[in-house]
Amino acid sequence: MTPELGQLALILALLLALAQSILPLVGAWRGNNALMAVARPAAAGQAVFVALAFFILVWAFVHFDFSVQYVADNSNLQLPWYYRIAAVWGAHEGSMLLWVLILNVWTVALALFSRSLPDVFVSRVLAVLGIISVGFLCFILFTSNPFGRLLPMPPDGADLNPILQDPGMTFHPPVLYMGYVGFSVAFAFSIAALLGGSMEQSWVRWARPWTNAAWGFLSCGIVAGSWWAYSELGWGGWWFWDPVENASFMPWLVGVALIHAQAVTEKRGSLRAWTILLSLFAFSLSLLGTFLVRSGILTSVHAFASDPRRGTYILCFLAFVVGGSLLLYALRAPKVAGGKAFALISRESAILVGNLMFTVAAAMVLLGTLFPLLGDALDIGKVSVGPPYFGLLFPLLMLPVMVLLPFGPFLRWGKSDVPVLSQVLSRTGIAAAACALIAAFFVHGQLKAIAGVACAAWVSVGIVLYMAKRWREMPRGRRYPAEMAGMLLAHFGVAIFVIGVLLSESLSVTRDVRLSPGQTATVGGYEFRFDGVMQTTGPNWMAEQGVVTVMRNGSLVAEMHPQKRTYSHEQVQTTSAVDPGVTRDLYVALGEPMDANHVEGAWALRLYTKPFIRWIWGGGLFMMLGGFVSAADRRFRVKREADAVQTILTPVRESQA
Amino acid sequence: MSRLVPFFAFVLLAALLGFGIWWNSSHDPTAVPSPLINKPAPAFVLPKLDNPKQMVSKDSMLGKPYLVNVFASWCFACGEEHPVLMEQSKQLGIPVVGYDYKDEPADAKAWLGQHGNPYDMVITDQSGHTAIDFGVYGAPETFLIDGKGVIRYKRIGPLTPDVIAQQLMPAIAALEKAP
Repeated sequence: MTPELGQLALILALLLALAQSILPLVGAWRGNNALMAVARPAAAGQAVFVALAFFILVWAFVHFDFSVQYVADNSNLQLPWYYRIAAVWGAHEGSMLLWVLILNVWTVALALFSRSLPDVFVSRVLAVLGIISVGFLCFILFTSNPFGRLLPMPPDGADLNPILQDPGMTFHPPVLYMGYVGFSVAFAFSIAALLGGSMEQSWVRWARPWTNAAWGFLSCGIVAGSWWAYSELGWGGWWFWDPVENASFMPWLVGVALIHAQAVTEKRGSLRAWTILLSLFAFSLSLLGTFLVRSGILTSVHAFASDPRRGTYILCFLAFVVGGSLLLYALRAPKVAGGKAFALISRESAILVGNLMFTVAAAMVLLGTLFPLLGDALDIGKVSVGPPYFGLLFPLLMLPVMVLLPFGPFLRWGKSDVPVLSQVLSRTGIAAAACALIAAFFVHGQLKAIAGVACAAWVSVGIVLYMAKRWREMPRGRRYPAEMAGMLLAHFGVAIFVIGVLLSESLSVTRDVRLSPGQTATVGGYEFRFDGVMQTTGPNWMAEQGVVTVMRNGSLVAEMHPQKRTYSHEQVQTTSAVDPGVTRDLYVALGEPMDANHVEGAWALRLYTKPFIRWIWGGGLFMMLGGFVSAADRRFRVKREADAVQTILTPVRESQA
Repeated sequence: MSRLVPFFAFVLLAALLGFGIWWNSSHDPTAVPSPLINKPAPAFVLPKLDNPKQMVSKDSMLGKPYLVNVFASWCFACGEEHPVLMEQSKQLGIPVVGYDYKDEPADAKAWLGQHGNPYDMVITDQSGHTAIDFGVYGAPETFLIDGKGVIRYKRIGPLTPDVIAQQLMPAIAALEKAP
C-alpha cells in the first residue's frame, strides 16, 4: 500500500509545484499580492510531499519490500542497512527522486532566508525553481517511476552494483547533487532579474552566498567522487576525464568564473550581462550533465541503464529551460555596458582574464566529452579524445590563472598602481625560484615536480603577503571578513591542489609484480612483503584477502589487506588497501592468482607509492571551505531596513578592499 | 544580435544531442570497435577439453578461417546463445572452435553433454590468461579468424540468428572473396 502512497505524494507535489510556478509569476506580472503570496506555502507543501515520497522509498528499502520493482532490482536480503539506504539513489529512478528532494531543500532554504528581499523578486525566483521542479517531477512520474510494482513479489532481490557498495556511495551523490542543483538558485535569480528588468545590482548581492555555497558543495562532491574512485576501483588514479566526471566538472569551472564575475558586478556594476549569462551556463551545464548520464548517448563507468524515451524527455526539457532562458537573455539582457570603467591594470581585468580561461576550459571539456558524438555525426567513426587531450589543454588554460593569482588581492578595483605589483612580483618570484631550487635537490630532476613546488610557492607566498598586509594595515576584527577569508582559503587550496597533482603525477611509482608468499618487492624505497592470501567474509560478500607487510629501512610501516570480493550473483569487486599519509600513500591492489593449482599461492599484485596525493583532495577541501566561509559573510545577510545604510557603507569598504 | 549567439550555440548543441539519441536508437552504443580487428590474433597454446595432453596453437590452426566462440558453463548468456549455435554452427561453412573460459573441465564437459556440443573442437583456458590477450570482456564472445591468423570480426555478447545473418555471414563471405 505504501508505495502507492509514495506515488500519490509525488502527484500532489507536482500539483503544488505547478501552483508554485504559475501563480506567483502571474502575481508578479499583475502586481497581485495574493497570488505572489502563494509561492512560499506552495514550495513548503511541495517539499513536504517530496520528502514523504523519498521517505517511503527509503522505508521500502529498509523493510525489504521486493514487491517494488526498484527495490527488488537494487537490493537483497544480505545487503547491510546503510547500503540499503544508499541504494535509494543507487540507480536512475531513485537518484532522480534525490535530485528533486535536494531541489526542494534549496527552495525551502531560499523561501526561509529571503524574507528581507522584495516580494515580487522572491515570487519570481520561487516560480522559476517551481518550473524546474515540475519538469523533474513529470520526468519521474512519466518515465522513471521508482514505485512501480513487481508482481508476484520475488523472495529476494538482485543486488546493488558492488562498485556502489562503498562508504563513498552514502556520501558522494547527495553532496554532489547539493552542488549541481544549488546552481539552480543562481539561475532562478538571473531569470527573475531578466523578467523583472530591474537591472539594479542588488540581486547579485543576494545571489552571491547561494552561488558560493552551491559551489562549495560541488567541490566537496567532486573531491568525494575522486577519492572514492581512487580507493575503490583499484586503478590508483584520482581523475579519469570520464564523461560523467566531466559533467560535474563543467559546472564547477563555470561556477568559479561565476563567483568572481558576481563579485565584480556586485561591487562595481560592470559585467552585468556576463554574470547573468554565466549563471545560466552553470545551471544549464548541470542539466546537461544529468542528460548525459541518463540518456545513454555516451558510454561511461557511471552510465545508468538507458532508455531513449528518457533521453528524449530530458532533451526536450533541456531545450525548454536552457533555450528559453538564453532567448530571454537575448531579449532582456542589459543593452549598455554599465558600471564603473576600469583600466587595463585593475582587479576587473584580472578577473576577466580568469573568467575567460575558466569558461574556455569548460567549453574545452564539453567539446572533449561530446567528441565521440561529433565523430558519429561527422561520420569519421567512433573517436574519443582521452586524457592526452584534456591533460595537455587544461594545464595550458590554467597557466595564466596561476600567474595572475598572487596579484589578484593586491589589485585595486578600477585602476591599480604598478609599483605595488612589481614588489609582489619580485617577492613571489624569488620565493618560487628558491623553493624550486630546494625541490630540485629532492626530486632528482623531475621537472613536473619542480614546477609543482614553484607554482605552489608562487601562489601561497602571494596569499601570505596579502594576509600580512591586511594584518599591518587594518584594525583588529576587520582584518579578514568572512568573504575575504573564504577567498584566501580557496586560493590557498589551489596551491595545495597544484602541489598534490604535480608531485603525485611525477613521483608516483607503480609496479605490477608476481609474488609468492614470503617474497618481497621494493617500490619507491618501501619493501612490500607478500604474506599470502586467506579467506574472509563480510555481511554480503566473501573475499580473498591478501596480507602485505610494508617495511622501510627495517622498521614496520604498515600491514595492508587488499581484497578481492565476490558478492552474490558472482560479481567480483577489487577493494584495494591504502595506507594514507601526509607525504605519501601506499596502495596495494590484489590481481589474479598466478598458479591455477594453488601450489605456491602466488598472486599478481599491483603496488604503488603515491607521494603527496592526499594534497589533491586537501586542496579541494580548502576550496570547499572557502566557498562556505565566504557564503557566511554577514554582509550578505543584511535586513531590508538596513539596505539604505548598507549602500552608504559599501563604497567605504570597497576602498579598503 | 550578439546577444543571440549563446542561444544559437545552444541550438547547435541540442541538435547534436538529438542526433545522439537518434543515432543510438539505430546503433549499439556499446559496440566499441575492437582494436584487434584486422590485427593478427594473439598467439595461443591451449589444451583440448577432451584430451588435455593435446595442445592446440595458433600456428596449428593457420591455413583456413575458423570461428572462436568463448563460452563457459557458468555463463548465463551462453545458455541463451547455445541453441542458436546448435542449430546454425554447421551452416557457417567454417570450423567452430569452442573456447572454454575460466571453467572447470568437468563442468564444461557436463554442460556440453547436457545441452549438446555444437563445436568442431573445444579448447580450454582455465586461468583466463590467454583470454586477456584476446581482450575478452566476458563470455560469450566470438572471434572470426582468417587463414592468415588475422581477426576479421568480433562480437561481444551472444550470437543471435539476426547477428549471424546480418554480421557474421557477410564477414565470412568477405573472407572467401578476398583470400
